[in-house]
Amino acid sequence: MSTFVSGLLRFRRGPWENLSTVLIALGVVMLMQPFFLWAFTYSFVVTLLGTVMFIITSHFPE
Amino acid sequence: MTDTPIDRMARATPPHLARRVRGLSDRAIAWLFVAPTIFLLLAINIFPLIWTVRLSFTNFAANRPGREVEWVGLRNYQRILTDDGIWANMQTTAHFLIWTITLQVLIGFTLAWLINRKFKGNDLLTTLIVLPMMLSPAVVGNFWTFLYQPQIGLFNYVVELVTGTPASSFSMLGAGGLAKWSIIIVDTWMWTPFVMLICLAGLRSIPDYIYEAAEVDRASKWRQFWTITVPMVLPFLMLAVLFRGIENFKMFDMVVLLTGGGPGNETLLASIDLKREAFEKWRTGYSSAYAIILFVTVFGLASIYVKALNKVKER
Repeated sequence: MSTFVSGLLRFRRGPWENLSTVLIALGVVMLMQPFFLWAFTYSFVVTLLGTVMFIITSHFPE
Repeated sequence: MTDTPIDRMARATPPHLARRVRGLSDRAIAWLFVAPTIFLLLAINIFPLIWTVRLSFTNFAANRPGREVEWVGLRNYQRILTDDGIWANMQTTAHFLIWTITLQVLIGFTLAWLINRKFKGNDLLTTLIVLPMMLSPAVVGNFWTFLYQPQIGLFNYVVELVTGTPASSFSMLGAGGLAKWSIIIVDTWMWTPFVMLICLAGLRSIPDYIYEAAEVDRASKWRQFWTITVPMVLPFLMLAVLFRGIENFKMFDMVVLLTGGGPGNETLLASIDLKREAFEKWRTGYSSAYAIILFVTVFGLASIYVKALNKVKER
């Protein structure tokens, strides 16, 4: 856990990419879940944030 | 010395052009060769994408080119993301995705595991199994429509044979909740071989000495399966899941041919609804926003796919 946090603080690619991946997956789940309309409403913002973050963070050093 | 085609081309080049080319650096020549491809990529992919983003903020309708186009800001996105109908379509897409992927992974992995053993006729069986994958979705859609016919279709007769339910008493493509399952069956039939091939590649990449070491340690076959086979095939399996997920999220042709999104909206996947909005209702601005939402989702999933692919390559 502490490695993950220190990786985030030092702008390392691995943890940031993992965080973006989680956001994308969360966005897709929010888009398709049948329970809450508010989750569907905010799904696009979450997926977009994750995708943009992924594009940026994939250029961070290892 | 022999006269090569390059020598002949060099001699045929007009002197003024030759002088100009001789002055170019390697980098400039490389750009010269790559430029047509970049131009085509920009014209065919990037420009339409940017144009779609622009249209998604307007009320443009392609069937009314003379009408004044109004800038509506985020209204299209707001309407789509609060629409119950589109939310229901997304759930239909999710139902299709979850079941096709689950069935394809289970059946594909089992087939790969069985095919991986050495036996007579192994190659022939592999070829027969991968046949559906090579067919066009249009062909598959048409012949499964015949197979699903309640009166003459083979599918209903097989169901009658197995369960005793009269063949003409149900219609797979009609009302009654079966249409959702009919498209899942066809997609599973068509794409399980693809998952099987990826799993087979994963299984064949496991070196024999690992199993031999496990045998020496007296590990049971069951334990070998869960501690060696499954973890080592998992990255390949994840790749197959992501690839099928992306493909099925965009699924259009086969479902249109089988059910056309019906009965009612029972099999109305997001991509079919998008086509209706764009080319039947002619709400171009609205459908552009819809397309961008689907694009961002697929792009996000593709990013994860590329990451998973790199992990597999690192192994």
